[in-house]
Amino acid sequence: MAYAGKSPWVIHYDGSSCNGCDIEVLATLCPGFDGERFGVINTGNPKHADIFLVTGSVNEQNIDVVRQIYDQMIEPKVVVACGICACSGGIFHDCYNVIGGVDQAIPVDVYAPGCAVRPETLIDAIVAGVAVLDEKAEKLKAEKKGRA
Amino acid sequence: MGKSTVIPFGPQHPVLPEPLHLDLVVQDETVIDVLPQIGFVHRGLEKLVETRDYNQFIFVAERICGICAMGHSLGYAETVEELMGIEVPTRAEYLRVIWHELSRIHSHLLWLGLAADAFGFESMFMHCWRLRERILDIFEKTTGGRVILSVVRVGGVARDIEDSELAAICSVLDGIKSEYKEITDTLLTDMSVKNRTVGVGTLTHEQAVDLSMVGPFARASNVSYDVRSFGRGAYGALSDFQPIVDAQGDCYARVKVRCLEVLQSIQIIQELAGKIPQGDIAVKVKGNPDPGARAANVLEQPRGECYYYAQGNGTKFLERMRMRTPTSQNLAGMVEALKGCDLADVNMVILTIDPCISCTER
Repeated sequence: MAYAGKSPWVIHYDGSSCNGCDIEVLATLCPGFDGERFGVINTGNPKHADIFLVTGSVNEQNIDVVRQIYDQMIEPKVVVACGICACSGGIFHDCYNVIGGVDQAIPVDVYAPGCAVRPETLIDAIVAGVAVLDEKAEKLKAEKKGRA
Repeated sequence: MGKSTVIPFGPQHPVLPEPLHLDLVVQDETVIDVLPQIGFVHRGLEKLVETRDYNQFIFVAERICGICAMGHSLGYAETVEELMGIEVPTRAEYLRVIWHELSRIHSHLLWLGLAADAFGFESMFMHCWRLRERILDIFEKTTGGRVILSVVRVGGVARDIEDSELAAICSVLDGIKSEYKEITDTLLTDMSVKNRTVGVGTLTHEQAVDLSMVGPFARASNVSYDVRSFGRGAYGALSDFQPIVDAQGDCYARVKVRCLEVLQSIQIIQELAGKIPQGDIAVKVKGNPDPGARAANVLEQPRGECYYYAQGNGTKFLERMRMRTPTSQNLAGMVEALKGCDLADVNMVILTIDPCISCTER
């Protein structure tokens, strides 16, 4: 990837995380790490977002919410699992109310491990996500051309 | 009076960093009833005591909540120490309180930012979080972690802070003070902030007592209750400790109480850093809790009193571990405070109780 095709807007949803990763996601976008340098903007609206940052694992109660937000996002879209709980369930993997990582609910493109995930890892993951986003956009374009 | 309408709020909402669902029953623009629904973050970690021994569980306890991580590991360790009759070295007690008060500063700064964001003051949000990074730098230097510190162990702490490092922490806190004053001056005197906070979401003293509210939420309604004033651990070494209270009980009072508590925490850290004795930082822990032994413990978290209960069964696994966290207590008060407020003020009222949902649901 030579340069990012667009400024990635992100939406954040807290699955069943302990907050540690959530505050790191926010800290990534705040002055200390300044994710906005890369054009990363936090939005509350799934329809405006390119990248879906999920923290925490999924359970019976929130799995539908995670799927709903994912479905509301417009193609092309990328999912980043932030923190080890979102990747695999982490320390809570054998809790009775934890189904597992976010990939149990929706397809995940980038895994960012860590407990709590470090902002540097998150920035890396978002940049990797932008590459995937560009790839997906190219593919969509090609498909459209093929149809026309 | 129009007919009532139900407006769903959350679980995914721009002002909420955490999933909480509320059904707001509104008439015209006024909220007349609130039905909270929780359970999005429930993991069931109290049951993990059956598969993690009492030394391992401290890392689980720490991950009850990433914001109050230090507090939960401290509360859990103190409970197990009481259960097994372990005497912790004095230096470890001091270090624990220093880290705990630092995490209170980080939690309150985080909250001040989120509260500012709730009424659309985004630049203030950024400033609070910029200042908070300085506290996280201290954490990173002294423990290696930014939010999950993993520094408390049953029987003491895992790392020492050198005296030179303690002096450096005090001078960093001194540096923060002047910048912090600019932030609080704006939050407490700015007209546009006052318009959104004064007289909004009032909880009277009687209501706060009746509903057993805890923490800054109660103290803003003139309930002078702070577990730190019991003087347990290193808090007993403080020359003076008075809970910060305010009589108004509205959003403005809650902002004010938390603003002042940061300064109080800075003072506590600086006093303890001057008094800290030399010595060991941990004792060896041997044996298991006796069968049937019980211990209870309270701790002042950034959000209020947290209650811990542990029961042993003679093995290295605990029979039962139970926490009652401040937000689960405060949700009842939040519902009361929300009744009668404008729909536009709902964000502000929810944020000023400083809800911590992952603490509540565990």
